[in-house]
Amino acid sequence: MENKGIGQAGSLESNDLIVTVNLMVGEELDIELESTVKEKFGKQILRVVKETLEEQEITKGHIKIVDKGALDFAVRARVKTAVKRAQGRDI
Amino acid sequence: MNNTVKNAIGREIPLFIEGIGKLKAFQGAYNNMPEGLKHGTKLTRAFKGGEKCLWDLKDSLKKCGIKDGMTLSFHHHFRNGDFLVNQVIDEVAKMGIKDITIFASSLQGVHKPLIEHIKNGVVTGIETSGIRGELGEAITKDHILKKPVIIRSHGGRPRAIAAGDSKIDIAFLAAPAADRYGNVNGVEGPTACGSMGYAMADAEYAEKVVVVTDYLVDYPATPVSIPQTLVDYVVKVEKIGDPTGIVSGATRITKNPLELMIAEEASKAVIASGLVKEGFSFQAGTGGPSLAVAHFLRKKMVQDGIKGSFAAGGTTGYLVDMLNEGLFKTLLDVQCFDLKAVESIKTNPNHVEMSADFYANPHNKGCVANQLDIMILSATEIDVDFNVNVITGSNGVIMGASGGHSDTAAGAKLSIVVAPLLRGRLPIIVDEVTTVITPGETIDAVVTERGVAVNPARKELEDQFRAAGLNVMSIEELKAMAEKLTGKPERINTSGEIVGLVEYRDGTIIDVIRRVVE
Amino acid sequence: MRSLRRTMLFVPANNPNMMVNAVVFRPDAIIFDLEDAIALREKDSARDLLVEALKTVDYEGIEILVRVNPLYTPFGETDVRELVKAGLRNIRLPMTETKEDIEKLDALLWELEKENDIEPGSVKILGAIETAKGVINAPGIATASTRMVGISFGAEDFTRTIGAERSKGGQELFVARSQIVLAAAAAGIDAIDTVFADVEDIEGFRREVESAKALGFAGKSVIHPSQIPVVHDVFTPTMEEVEKALRVMQAIEDAEKRGLGVISLDGKMVDAPVVARAAKVVRLAKGAKIL
Repeated sequence: MENKGIGQAGSLESNDLIVTVNLMVGEELDIELESTVKEKFGKQILRVVKETLEEQEITKGHIKIVDKGALDFAVRARVKTAVKRAQGRDI
Repeated sequence: MNNTVKNAIGREIPLFIEGIGKLKAFQGAYNNMPEGLKHGTKLTRAFKGGEKCLWDLKDSLKKCGIKDGMTLSFHHHFRNGDFLVNQVIDEVAKMGIKDITIFASSLQGVHKPLIEHIKNGVVTGIETSGIRGELGEAITKDHILKKPVIIRSHGGRPRAIAAGDSKIDIAFLAAPAADRYGNVNGVEGPTACGSMGYAMADAEYAEKVVVVTDYLVDYPATPVSIPQTLVDYVVKVEKIGDPTGIVSGATRITKNPLELMIAEEASKAVIASGLVKEGFSFQAGTGGPSLAVAHFLRKKMVQDGIKGSFAAGGTTGYLVDMLNEGLFKTLLDVQCFDLKAVESIKTNPNHVEMSADFYANPHNKGCVANQLDIMILSATEIDVDFNVNVITGSNGVIMGASGGHSDTAAGAKLSIVVAPLLRGRLPIIVDEVTTVITPGETIDAVVTERGVAVNPARKELEDQFRAAGLNVMSIEELKAMAEKLTGKPERINTSGEIVGLVEYRDGTIIDVIRRVVE
Repeated sequence: MRSLRRTMLFVPANNPNMMVNAVVFRPDAIIFDLEDAIALREKDSARDLLVEALKTVDYEGIEILVRVNPLYTPFGETDVRELVKAGLRNIRLPMTETKEDIEKLDALLWELEKENDIEPGSVKILGAIETAKGVINAPGIATASTRMVGISFGAEDFTRTIGAERSKGGQELFVARSQIVLAAAAAGIDAIDTVFADVEDIEGFRREVESAKALGFAGKSVIHPSQIPVVHDVFTPTMEEVEKALRVMQAIEDAEKRGLGVISLDGKMVDAPVVARAAKVVRLAKGAKIL
């Protein structure tokens, strides 16, 4: 298991998102959100992202979300995969 | 702060807006009585011979007496391929003229250069059916326009013109083909767009009418859509539009299985209503599932040997095929959407051009919308009161068009909204739509892929739908189903500033659009 | 009541949109695909996505299966482990060639059920047979575990393994399809027919569904929502069939009430196969909402 520190998951299809995490930077969590539905669901997306990171025990790093209207389950999944990939757990 | 009143659907409406004047609040779809006389233009005369051709747009502006504060009108038959609005306003700006109101039947992404003209004070007012692209964003987010933009329906626009609510000083008519004496048709030349329906009221009521073409034909340019009797000047320019932005090749029925499913459910609903019978009339929007409803009705018509009276509205090749198969007696066409429709209106006497007034004006002696049996509508949002938004997006920004939505909903015996329950993450059914274009009292039902909701005022329709095995539920249940998937949407942040007024087809104000702030 | 499996809709497990909307098309079952539809480097992301979907999306009673990666790949076991934990109860195992393939999965499932406090034996298996070897071993596969609910046939790989071309007439598949139906019938489980790739050719598809029904398949794997109504239509019994079935069911009920061991209808004895057939017609009629 090689900890690469950077991981990405997802796509830019409608109802999906791309999550890019860099766990090697910063002292705390820095989440950047771009979303086609930011005005209506921005807070909700951020909440789900934070929750998922917490479950993964991620406390610092730069997280970039480019969202195309994904539902919560997809947000959770993409964050999880991106983190796992960053940690080199990508089987 | 202005005095405001709550209108019939509970929206706060100001009673007065600086630069626009007194406003009348919406009182219900059928409650506003028109008063007064039709607007008149000055009498004129012309002599034998006579030359209407001018050198260029600047010349025409001078001859028409362009000055600060005037209203210039344009049609949107060239859609995103239109060059004329930008050409004329560029010229106006060069002449140092200010404070112009653009009175367009609609504005598109291609009209983005207006942003600079607005910022420079050349343009201070816009009245239109819709605005797409960056211009809408600049108006809603940056509040660049002094006066709120006035949004009108396709029927409300000729009403406003005839009533003199909006007085057009100069109408600029982009003409696919014209002769030197001002006769215009839409079916010839490189920018052929078919029907010229949205330009007709402008020609009739404007103080001055300038025809602009890049395709001058020998006199007389027949068939005549806009006659010489209304035209002051003709200007030939190099290019008035980009054909690729005007019409598409052929409009196809959607292949998206979800949209097809919605359309099939909607066709079942329409059939259940009992309106699909000999001599019925029909109109559908062109987007996504709407047109596909025609596809399923076509099957039913062929199967049962039903022949309709007319199909109306914006026309596509698909409706042309139905006309040619004898499934409709007539197409009443205010705007052609594809080349097949253009070709058909040119050659088929049963494919008839109609003006926006004939199509949808509520204050004449009878419009086509009133003769419609079935209307299939789209929606950006619909609320639990069945009010529909088709003008502002999920971010509150103006991005769509009012079009014939409220006109046909008010006129048709049965008006059905078809929409996916979710668009991306956005639920279509909400507590309160961002902006009301069409009041819920004129909407009978909404059909989605997960269920059908009927306006509680239409109990008999609900019974018919249930009997036909449709998955009927309350609109609140549909909303809950959507929110279970998406979560509850937040409210858009707006400031108090009013950037748009939505005028109902009868001239009353049904809603306002407020500035969106981060 | 045995569940209907007229249509099993394949949905790639990397498409969040279809993962939510597939239910709208009302297939009898949805098969989320982690195998062929997913590129090697996206196996992890598709699995994660599916795990989250299974935990939160309401599938409205539609049977959910997952086509996991074969257990001999680096992904198969993780697929099974994580998905069962997330609530999956039906596994479609691809490339099943021997009863040992099923037994391996069976053993893993006993272990997982114990680990996750899931009712033992509740996770079911559908074995996908896609090779000549698998077809030959179909009877053993169909009975390899008490978890078996069906076996399915995959024609694309099968034709390749026998060195034939896939034809419109399908004669190269005839023996294999029949063998699978026989093996399933003998084991008392469902036989599911192969996919039909040309989604534009609805008429060709209908003919293939009709032949599948005639051969005795319980249903078909489908790859596009537009194929679903066609299958449901073909599998809808006629009103005469339904009426007859209802009379059989009524006769059973009457006989039971009167404590009779032998059931007769119109002077003929109603034996077990007749009862089974009547029950199936009633199931199909209910599924088609004509009953």
